[in-house]
Order: sequence, then structure tokens, then C-alpha cells
Amino acid sequence: MRVPLNWLNEYCDSGLGVHELAERLAMTGTEVERIGRHGAAETDGFVVGKVLTREKHPDADKLSVCSVDVGADEPVTIVCGAPNVDAGQTVAVVQPGAVMPDGTKIKKAKLRGVESNGMILSERELEISEDHDGIIQLEQHFDVGGVAAGAPLAEVLAPGQDVLELEITPNRPDCLGVHGVAREVHAITGNPLAELELGPAPEGDETFDITVEDHTLCPRFTARIFRDVKVGPSPLWLKERLSAAGQRPINNVVDITNYVMLLTSQPMHAFDMDKIRGNKLVIRHAAHEEKITTLDDVERTLDGQMLVVCDAEGPTGIAGVMGGQISEVSSETTNVLLEIAAWNGPNIHRTSQKLALRSEASGRFEKGLSPILPLEVQEIASKLMVELTGATLVSSTIDVAGEISQPQPIELREARVEGLLGTRIPIARCAEILEHLDFKVEMSGENLLATPPHYRSNDVTREADLIEEVARIQGVDTFPATLPESPTAIGSFSPAQKLKRGLEDLLAANGYSESITWSFTSEAALNKLAPGGELPGVRLRIANPLSEDQSVMRPLVLGGLLEVAQHNFARGADAVRTFEVGTVYNGTISDPVEHTALALLLSGAPHAASWRDAAPGEGDFFALKGIIEAISANSGVEIGFEPLDGDDHPYLIPGRSATLVAGGQSVGYLGEIHPLVAKEHDISGATAAELNLDLVAAALPAPTTFESFTSFPPSREDIAVVVPQNVPAAEVIAAVESSGGKYLQNANVFDVFEGEQVGEGKKSLAIRLTYAAPDRTLTDKETEKARKSITQKLEEIGGALRG
Amino acid sequence: MSETVEKIQSIESAGASAIGSVASLAELEDVRIHFLGRKAELNDILKSIATLPPEEKGPVGKAGNQARGKLEALLAARQEELETAALTQLLEQDRIDITLPGSPVAGGGALHPITRVRREIEDVFIGMGYKVAEGPEVEKVHYNFDALNHSPNHPAREWTDTFYFEDDVLLRTHTSPVQIRVMEEQPPPVFVIVPGKVYRRDSDATHTPMFHQIEGLAVDEGITLSDLRGTLLEFSRAIFGEDREVRLRPHFFPFTEPSVEIDVSCFKCSGKGHLKDGSRCNLCKGTGWIEILGAGMVDPNVFSYVRDSGYDPEKVQGFAFGMGVERIAFLKHGIPDLRLFYENDLRLLAQFEAGGY
Ligand SMILES: [Zn+2]
Repeated sequence: MRVPLNWLNEYCDSGLGVHELAERLAMTGTEVERIGRHGAAETDGFVVGKVLTREKHPDADKLSVCSVDVGADEPVTIVCGAPNVDAGQTVAVVQPGAVMPDGTKIKKAKLRGVESNGMILSERELEISEDHDGIIQLEQHFDVGGVAAGAPLAEVLAPGQDVLELEITPNRPDCLGVHGVAREVHAITGNPLAELELGPAPEGDETFDITVEDHTLCPRFTARIFRDVKVGPSPLWLKERLSAAGQRPINNVVDITNYVMLLTSQPMHAFDMDKIRGNKLVIRHAAHEEKITTLDDVERTLDGQMLVVCDAEGPTGIAGVMGGQISEVSSETTNVLLEIAAWNGPNIHRTSQKLALRSEASGRFEKGLSPILPLEVQEIASKLMVELTGATLVSSTIDVAGEISQPQPIELREARVEGLLGTRIPIARCAEILEHLDFKVEMSGENLLATPPHYRSNDVTREADLIEEVARIQGVDTFPATLPESPTAIGSFSPAQKLKRGLEDLLAANGYSESITWSFTSEAALNKLAPGGELPGVRLRIANPLSEDQSVMRPLVLGGLLEVAQHNFARGADAVRTFEVGTVYNGTISDPVEHTALALLLSGAPHAASWRDAAPGEGDFFALKGIIEAISANSGVEIGFEPLDGDDHPYLIPGRSATLVAGGQSVGYLGEIHPLVAKEHDISGATAAELNLDLVAAALPAPTTFESFTSFPPSREDIAVVVPQNVPAAEVIAAVESSGGKYLQNANVFDVFEGEQVGEGKKSLAIRLTYAAPDRTLTDKETEKARKSITQKLEEIGGALRG
Repeated sequence: MSETVEKIQSIESAGASAIGSVASLAELEDVRIHFLGRKAELNDILKSIATLPPEEKGPVGKAGNQARGKLEALLAARQEELETAALTQLLEQDRIDITLPGSPVAGGGALHPITRVRREIEDVFIGMGYKVAEGPEVEKVHYNFDALNHSPNHPAREWTDTFYFEDDVLLRTHTSPVQIRVMEEQPPPVFVIVPGKVYRRDSDATHTPMFHQIEGLAVDEGITLSDLRGTLLEFSRAIFGEDREVRLRPHFFPFTEPSVEIDVSCFKCSGKGHLKDGSRCNLCKGTGWIEILGAGMVDPNVFSYVRDSGYDPEKVQGFAFGMGVERIAFLKHGIPDLRLFYENDLRLLAQFEAGGY
């Protein structure tokens, strides 16, 4: 919303500089996007001139050489190209040294041999309109009798002015009008607010046949009839004001509708009354798939929830959104019917959405304008119609309205003001603020009753809304800073939140950097995870994605981390160790399932190389398994590794991957990435894991309780077990643990060996056994007994003790 | 005194002087063998005691054992001296190149700057008595808009602005729906913050379709707008430095009334709007203030959606606020381009291995 400062000051002059005014507006709820400028940046050098003589240029047919009085001792010579320049005119002159609105600096110049000391200005040059057919003749627009040559041009016509560019919040459509903003200035400063000027009494009682079929969607439709309208250009002041507000001048009738809209926020529509067929208007629902060609020359297909304004032969416009071509005002128009209506905001919004057709009017109506406003605005518009077009108003307001509810009084309790704001504002001050904002205020004991003006009755309906009005004008920034008194509040993280933080720290400490990748992915990206096929599973698909790349919610994090690896290797990284904790999405739209995943990716060395370990080798399954084991140890959640089952993980090498199990269920995977998947991502290989952290958190053990430990030293023994190659180490350890007796504390594989010595198809596992008793040092005999039992058990699973 | 005793005494003093003058452990061993070895004179004397006349046996034996004891003690002391000296000499010569790099710990990983900032904010509020709540990202229109008092034609509802799965299911556009979910679950008082990802259908230099917010909600009897100011002042000082001030500007949000935007005094120019050299501060664009979040008093209509859970708008009131984590990270760490947050370039992440406090 562009508010030219001169226009605003006419209704309420803040007496403040533009920057201070902007600050005060911002601090009371009217956001100022920026302070703009219309026309010249500086007004110096723009003066009123009187043309004394005009002669033809000796060497150029179209140029005139004028002698112009600009208030100096001697008249100056100005060469002018306008055909209408002549002696006796009062004109706008820009002098050498001044800067034009378009940034051009004016200099003395020779035009075909004649020196010109400045320029006589046209409307276009002053950015008032597009008109460049001739220079402005000020005496035609203003009373210039008392204006001396050389006076600042700003005394009659601003060559440049400040414009407040406001961001009006959607609850304040009244501030989409200059007068609404002026009322804010009035409330802020207490300076007087000029009322809007109303039109003359009608000279006639003509009427018009108007029918509104649905008052829910059209609460009110009003019209006034103007005869003997002379369509033509608007006066200069009106054009200048519209231009400064960002509206292009067209003709006086259209300009009046725009001007009054910018002043009051109420859009309106002028019909050429003689082109309304059948002398009637009907506001009805559009028929299903009814067609209309709007003013922008596009044929639109409507539906039954939209309203159309029709004459006897069909639709002339889409109600509240855009008029049609049939009854547009033209230069031949002599009779005007001025429509000012109220529409149902949400329905206008729906219509404009559905048709993808936004207009200045629809943008205002959809915010819900007051149904009482049209009656006032008819009066305001009439004054200008009569004064500027020479028209005669021949009707009173033809008003077709449903039941219009009047704003109701709302109680404001003084105690409640302090209770909500935490600072006392005397009730008398509350009353003053509300009165400035046009509320009707009445005291009721300690409290007051405030009735909002009709144009605020959507926005202000409750006591809290009144308190907001009081608070913002009083200045929310003046309130004290206190803290809530809530002795029961104790801040803490949940166990799952602590787990997440603990694991993030653990991973960072172990060399893994945290990534945050997009929650979106695409089918194509997911299918890159399934060599030669499609990744199984149901997806949550966004109905209106920004692009196909971001159209599906990720069912797993892996793709994102592979892209992180791809990105970093392409930029010279020698290894990528990364993790992400984030949401993944499964299930269906009617039953979406989200869980927090912890994903890890290792590509390249498992830790940084150094001069003592120049080649740490490539990370593999076991490197990342170590991290998972650390996660298990850190969280206290036992995580088991079982062979991968099913074909849900086409991105893994089946024989080098595991299902992760905790709390008796699968919680994720760990495995080396399929070489074709790695290749798709331009990396040589990787190992990845992904854990469902929600399930891990659910398996968190209770807080640890102390268990006494023996002070007697443990005895250790290493054994080598030869087993067939396909027997998993876990099975061997299980056998050892089940047969090692009650003093066996621990059995760990510390070496694996395959080769001729152990025989083909076999492997040797070196296992360290740790025995301990709580009350004594164990004897050799006792450990020997356990060892015998272990040997026996190992034989049952095809193993033999070596050496 | 017998001749033999005198002999012993002279051996003892000769031994003591020899021990005192040796310079190496090898010499010391020679001295030991010479004075205390099997073939030493002292040993011979002690072995021959039996052959001495009875009156001499006692004194000679005593003197001999005393001499042996003394020499042994002197030898041990000297040996320790010499060993210490030898070790010192060895260590003197043991020189490593202390400028070689240390053996790397497994570390070198870093938390994402978003996580760092999120945690920092969480910690401030945990300290003020808040808990951390979470909620779904795939959300119902009811929680994201309706229960938050958004009018039916609020622009954020449009398909051009918000990601939808179908008419009633969307990607949450803010963390605010968790306000409703938390209040449905627990009666007042409530003090929670809600960190999380949110989504808007916007992608340009200053917007990414996914970003992070932290929501705050405090509801109890008698919580005021001044309490909101105090809380966010504490927050701003904890995050941006103890000299910060906050400024409240009225604004409009559907789910708070009154609503405000909060500015923090610029920490680059100390709120002056210009730098020491007189040039305009580009962080606050010369205003001295930086917008950091939106907030307000919870709208009574929002409470009416959770009245059955114990939220009577005549009895309880509270405030809510919401801030963008990326914005705080930008302000605090100067990460200039939103895209950098989601590229996960290890060179950026490495800069945040130590993010500062
Ligand atoms: Zn600054």
C-alpha cells in the first residue's frame, strides 16, 4: 500500500518528519516496508515560470525559443519542443543543476545553436501521467493569480514527495485506504483527523431494477445514477495523487473510482448505464461452466459457487473480482451507474483462487470489507462525480441489502488490561485510545463498553482484541520486562531427547560430521538405490511439489547421505564420514508414519591418516559395526546383528550386511553399499547404517544401578577354535558362553585366521576368555574344568580346539 | 684391641673410600667384589673366626659384621646415585620432534551448525523451566491452521504457499501445531519449546522449502505480555550477549492477541546503526535493530479448541513465540547463504567442530 505523504497529511498531519512518522507507525502496528519517493528526489530547482515571449527557433521547425520569468533579475532563455507552449502561460520549470525524477541532471545546453537554461515540463516528465503531448499549463489547473514567478513549484504541484510503502496486515483492510492510515496517525499523535467530504443531495429520484439472489454471498449491493457525465482527463491534482499512489490515471470516471478506493479502501465499479441491457442487474450464482470474457480479454469458465453480476442478457462481470467488457465506461459514456457492493470475503477468495484471477478489488474484498461501508462511500464518490465530471446525481442510494448486523459493544475490564499486559493502563486512557480509533465508548462502573466501528467489527470482537488496540497505541515497547512466576516449572529433556544428544556427541567425537539433508526426494532418486529395479515400499507423495526432485517424502535417509558423499568427493574430500538424525516418512496419507532415524555413512578411511598410520585403509562393514557397537554401549541398548532377510535393501551387498535388532525387533540395517548404487553416486564404495531411534529409545534400559564387582584379579586364557567357515562367530561365542560355567565373565574374538594350516573350508577364531569369582582368586583346576566343558560344547557344533 | 680388629677397621675405611670414588656401575661392581666378594679379605677374616683364640672371637666377629653391613649400605646408596645419574644422562639425550602432528583421536567430526544453535536455544529455555516437545511434520489442516485460528481464506492455506498431500493433510508450515497437541495432552501449566523442521512452498535466495523453527509456549494463570518481554530479553542476552535489549512491535498473527514482533538490538553496531568508522551497519541496515521472532499472547480462540483439556480462557493465559533457527544461525555465525545449511560441505562442517560458546 503506497501512501503519498502529502495526501496523508491532508487528513491528519502528524507534524513529524517522515522517518519519525514511519518509526511511530511501525511501533504501533503499521509496518513500513520502506520510505519511497515519487517524482524528483530533491525539489530544489523546480520553480514556477511565466512565459514572456515565444519565438520560433531559427534553425528548427519544431522548437520554440522562450523567454521565461523564473524570478531572476533577467528572464532566462529556454528552448522548448512542446507544440502548446506560448507567451502568457504559467509553467513548471526545472533549472540547471536540478535532478529530474528519472535521475537526469539538468545542464545548460545549446539546442541547434541556442542556449537553453533549463526545461519547461510535461506531465510525463514529472511522473504525473503518461501525457507528453505538451507542457503543463498550470493556470488551467490551479489558481495561479497569487503565485509569483520563481516560487517553488511545490506551492502548486509537488515535483517530488515521500511515499510510505506500508505492509498492511490482513486483519486491517481499513488501512488499505489513506483515511484509515490517517486515523492511525490521529490515534498515535492525537492530532486532528479531517472527516471525509460527502456529496450533495440528489436532484431526482430515479431508480434501477436490481435483484440480489443470495445475501449470504452479497450482503449489500448499492448503486447511484449519474447523468450528463462528461468523460475526460482528470484534473492535475487527481492525476498527481493517483500516480504517487502507484495508480495510472485513465479518465475522470475511472480515476474517481480508483481515488475513492485508495482513500476509503472500498472498491467500486462504474457502469456505462446505457450499455446495461434490459435496464436491470441481477446478482446470482453462475451456472455450472458458465463462460464470461473479463476486462483482461480472457474467457473464464465459472462454477456454481461463484457470483456473477448480470444484465437482462447475461453476465457483465464476476462479482467482486473483475468486470466484463460489455458495460465498460468509454469516452462516449454520458450516464453512469456506480456500483458499490459488499461481498463475502471467503467466497471472493475462493473464486479468485479457483480462476487464478487476482485483482485490486478481489484482494480487498477477500479480507472482508464492512457491508455498511458502501453507503458512506457512495456519498464520497458522488461529490467527486458531480464536481469533476459535471454530472448530475439523479438518484439517492439504491440499496439492496440483506440483514446487516450492527457492531455490538464489548466490555473492557480495567483489571483485565493489567492482567493480560502486566502493566497498568488507566481506564480513562483506554477510553481515549479507543475513541481515537473511532470506537464508541461508554463507561460502566470501573469498566467500559466499547463498540467498534463497523469497518473493524470482523477484527475486534472480544475483550482481548480491545486490549490489543489499547496496547499497541499505548506502545507495547513501553511495557516492563518480567518473568513468569511459575514455581512448578522444571526444565528437562526426555530420555529419548537425551539419547539423541548423547549419540550425536558420540558420533561427532568418533569422527562423523552431522549432515542435514532434504526431507524430500524423488522416485528417480530412490530408484537409484535399487540397481536395475525399483525401491520397494509405499511413499508419501506431495500433491503440489515445487519440482519432481522434491516430490516424495524420504522413506530412508541413505539417499541424502550418498549425495553428501558425492558432493564432497567432487570437491576434493578424501573420505566422508557423516551422520544425520532426522525424520523419515512411511505409511499412507490417511495413516502417515514418521520416525526419527539415525543414519551413518562411511566412505573412504574410517579415521584420518597420520604420519604414524599413513594408510588407514578403506572403511568397511566392521569399521561401521564398531560405531554401532559404540552406540549400543553408549545407550545401554543391546543391538544384535542378524543376517539380512528379504529384499527390502537392494542397496546393500547381501553377504556384507546385517539387520540390526534391539528389543526383540528389527531396528535398522548395517551394510556395505552395492557397487552399482555407489557408482550411481560417483563414489567408489561406502558402508551405511540406519537405525530407528524411536525403537532404540523404547528399548532404553532403566537408569543403571550399582553392582558390586570383585576385588580378586580375573584370570585370562586364550584359546583357538577351528570351525567350518560358515559357522558364524556369534554361534561360537554363544557355545563358549553357554558352557563356560558361572565364572566365565567374558569371551571375545580377537583374531580370525584362514589358511592352509587350518585346512580348507575352515577358519580359526582366537578367543580370549576371562574368568573371575567374587570371593577368591580362581584356581587353575577350576578354569581347566570350564575349559573342558567348552571344548566339549564346541565339538558339538563342529569346532575343535587348536594347539 | 686385637690386630685383627684393626685390620678390619682399615678394610672398612679403604672400602668406604673406594666406594666413594667410583664413577661407574661397573667399577662399583669391582669394588663390591674386592671388598665383599667370596674371595675378599673381609670374608677370609670372618671365615677364620673359628680359628681365633676364644677371647678374640667376639670382638672380631662383631667388627667384621659391622664393617660388612656398613659397606653394603654404602654400596647400595652409591649404586642408586650412579643409576639415577645414568638415567638422567640417557633422558638428556632422548629428544623427539615435538613439532610432528599428534596421533589423531578418532574425532574430527562436527555437529551441524543448525544443531549447535538449536541446542543452544534449547539449553537457554531448559534453564528457564521449559521442556522440549515434538510433533509430526505430516500434519492435519486442523492442527496447522484451523485450531490456530487461521481464517478460512488465510493466504498461508493456499496450495501455492503450502505443500499438501491431499485437501486435509499437509506438511506443517510452522511448529505451532504442536502447541495444540501439547495442550490436548496435558493440562496447564505448560512450559514447552518445540524445535523442528517446517516446510513452505518457497525457494529462492532467501527461502528454502524446508527450514527449522523453534516454537515456545508458556501457559499458566497470570502470565502476561510483560512476562513474554522478560523471557525473550533473557533469551536474547543468553544468545547474543548480555548487553542486548529487545524491542516489541505490534504485529498480527492469527493465533496470538496481542501479537508482536521482537527485535534485538544490533550486536554488530551495539544498536547504533553505524560502525566505528561511521559507515552504515549492514547487519541491521542502519536501524540498530534486528528482527528475530514473532510472538504474542495466546488467542482465546486457540484455548477454546483445547478447553476440554483444562484451558479456560478466563482462567489461564499465556504467550507463544516462534523463531527461525537458520536466521539465528545466520545472525550468530554469519553463515551468509541458506543453501550452505543443506549442502553439508565438510569444509563448512569442519569450521563448526568448535562452534564457540
Ligand atoms: Zn547494526
